[in-house]
Amino acid sequence: MNAREKILGRIRNAQARTNGAAVTATHTEAVASHLALHPRGPLPPHPDNLLARFKECALKLSSDVLETGDRKEVPTLLARYLNERNLPVSGVCWPSLAGLPWSTAGLDMQPRPAKNQDLVGVTGAFCAIAETGTLMLLSGTETPATTSLLPETHVAVLDPRRIVAAMEDAWDLLRREYKQPPRAVNFISGPSRTADIEQTVTLGAHGPYRVLLILAPA
Amino acid sequence: MQNTSVDFERQVTIKLADAKLQQALSRLQSRFVEGRAAVISEISDFEETRSAAAAIRDRVLNDLEHWLMHFEQQATARGAIVHWAETAADVNRIVTEIAALHGVRTAAKSKSMVSEECGLNDALELAGVTVMETDLGEYILQLAHEAPSHIVAPVVHKNKEEISDLFAEKHQLPRKTGIAELCREAREVLRPAFLNADMGISGANFLVAETGSALIVTNEGNGRLVTTLPRVHVAITGIEKVVPTLEDVTTLLRLLPRSATGQSITNYVSVLTGNKNKEDHDGPEHFHIILLDNGRSSLIGGEMQEMLRCIRCGACMNHCPVYQNIGGHAYGWVYPGPMGSILTPLLGGLEKSPDLPNASTLCGACAVVCPVKIPLPDLLRKLREKQMERGMKSRRETLSLKAWAWLALHPPVYALATKFGVRMMSLLGGKNKLLHTLPGASGWTDGRDFPAPEGLTFREMYQRRNRQ
Repeated sequence: MNAREKILGRIRNAQARTNGAAVTATHTEAVASHLALHPRGPLPPHPDNLLARFKECALKLSSDVLETGDRKEVPTLLARYLNERNLPVSGVCWPSLAGLPWSTAGLDMQPRPAKNQDLVGVTGAFCAIAETGTLMLLSGTETPATTSLLPETHVAVLDPRRIVAAMEDAWDLLRREYKQPPRAVNFISGPSRTADIEQTVTLGAHGPYRVLLILAPA
Repeated sequence: MQNTSVDFERQVTIKLADAKLQQALSRLQSRFVEGRAAVISEISDFEETRSAAAAIRDRVLNDLEHWLMHFEQQATARGAIVHWAETAADVNRIVTEIAALHGVRTAAKSKSMVSEECGLNDALELAGVTVMETDLGEYILQLAHEAPSHIVAPVVHKNKEEISDLFAEKHQLPRKTGIAELCREAREVLRPAFLNADMGISGANFLVAETGSALIVTNEGNGRLVTTLPRVHVAITGIEKVVPTLEDVTTLLRLLPRSATGQSITNYVSVLTGNKNKEDHDGPEHFHIILLDNGRSSLIGGEMQEMLRCIRCGACMNHCPVYQNIGGHAYGWVYPGPMGSILTPLLGGLEKSPDLPNASTLCGACAVVCPVKIPLPDLLRKLREKQMERGMKSRRETLSLKAWAWLALHPPVYALATKFGVRMMSLLGGKNKLLHTLPGASGWTDGRDFPAPEGLTFREMYQRRNRQ
C-alpha cells in the first residue's frame, strides 16, 4: 500500500468510527453540492461608494492613487509622478498597454516581461476590491506576473468600473469571464513590506517599494 | 526539527532570566496584540465570521478524505503533481528526489513551518542542494544557525543590533544600523538567489479543493518570487489545510492576517493553480504539491480533532501570558505557545513533552482570540487528563493529589486539617502577615511572598453565620 492509500485509509477508518459506515455516498453528494453552491460567508456591509472606499483603503495600505477621465493622459500623469520623485523614466509595460502615448510623455516603456534590471513596471488589473484597496491580477502570456514583482515601482492602470465590493465579487467575475483560474491569481495590496526586524514595518522588502494606482476608464 | 520539549522546565529558567528576550517579547504586545484589536473592529460581525470560519474548517475535517481526493483530482487536472508523505522523512526524500529529477543545484525557499517540522534544509544540503531562506526573518535565522521562535515573526527574539552585527559579519559589508538599510541590504543580497534558483520551495496557507490551487499569503513578495521565477516549484503543506471553495478561503482570509499581524489583508495573496503554459513567459514548468500527514490523521474523528482547524495565525501565542514571558524557543519544537503545547505532544508523543500541556495558566485568552474557535484550554486539560490516566505525572504530584482526594472525602478530618493549617500559617506569618517560604511550594515563594491567612476558615465563618 502506498502513502496515499495509507493516509486516506486512516482518515476513512477514523471517520467511519464516528459517522457510521454508510456515509460515503452522502458525503460525496455533500461535497458536490457545496462546490456547486459555493455559498458566501458573512460579508462586510456593501459600501455606498465603491470608488471612494477603494481609494481610502488603498491609501491606508501606502499605495499612491491618481485619477484621470482620459486613458491617453496616463503617460503624462506617470511622467509627472516619476519626475517628482527623481525616479527612472524607463521600464516595461504589459503588451495591452503598448498603445498608450508613452514616448510623447517622455517615457520609454518596453512591452515585454520584466527583467531584474527594470525599475518601473506598468500593468493593468483584472479588477480591484474596495473592501481592502486590493488589486487582482491574473497571470498570462500577455499579462506576465513579473511586471508587478521585480521592478521597484509598480504602476497599475485600472478602470474604475472594474472595482467590486468584496473578494467574493471578484471570484464571481473570474468565474463569469474565465472557466478556471489562470496559473497565478495575485492579489496586491500596496508596496511589499516586512516587519521581521523588531516588528517595525518597512516598505520595500523583496517586491516593489511603491505602488501607484492610476484610475482611468478603458 | 528535533523535539527537545522534554527540556522545557530548564529552558524556562534560562529564558526568564534573559533581559534582552524579555524586552523583545514586549514588542509583540504593542504591535500584534494592539494591532489585532484595532483591525478586528473593521469586521462588523467578528463573532459571526469566527463561527463561519470554524464551520468551514469542520466541514473539511469531518470529511477530509473526500475533500483531499477532490483537491488532488483538480490539482492534477491542471498539471500539478500531488505527492503524499506519511512522515517528515518522507517529505525530505520526495523533495530530494524532485531535485535530482530536475537537476536542481540551488533552491530558494519562502517561509514554511511544515518544512521546519521536517528539517528539510539539512536534508537538501546533504543531497548537495544549496538552500537559501528568503523570508527576511528566516534568512536571518539561517545566517545565525537558529530556529524560529514564533510561527509568524520568526526572529522576534533578536534585536536590530544583533542583526546589524550578523549582517556585517556574514555579508562582509559596512555595518548598517537602520532597519530600512538592513532590509535593503538583505534585498540586494537575496535578489540573485531568486534569479538563479532552479527550484522554489514554499508552504501553502490553504489548498482550495474547488480549483486545485495552493494559496500563499506573504508581505515581502518572496513567496511570489520563489513561485514565479524558478523552473520547479514545490509547495509543502499539511493534509488538514484543504478548504472547499474560493468563497470559503475568502472568509478565512478575513481572519488570518487580522489575527496574525493586525493587517486587514497581507500585501500579497497568491492563488497558484497548475504549471505554466508553453506560451507563458513566467511561472514554473513543474509544480509539485506535497501533502504531509506526520500524525495529523490520527487526530481525525477523535476528541482532539478541533486542533486541526488551526490556520497558524499565532494569535494564541501573542496573547499567552506564558509565551509572552518565555518566548518560543523554550517550547523545544516548531510550534510554540498554546497551539504548540497541544500540537507538539499530539504529533511528537505526550511522553516526549510532559511539561507542555501544563505550560498554561488556563486563563482562556487563547480561546478568546482564536479565529477558528479552537477550545485550546479544553484541549490542554484533556492532555493533562491523559497524563494522569497513563500515570505520567510525577510521584510527588500523584501523591499530593491522592492525599487531597482522601482529605476531601473525609470532611471532619478536612475541617480539622484546614483549621490547624490556617492557625499555623497565621502564626508563622508574624507581624507582616507574609510567608517567605512554604515547605513543598518553593517554586511559588522563590519569586514572591505568600500572604498568610488571617482569622477563621471558610467553614468556621459559615457555621458562625448560621448560628447568628
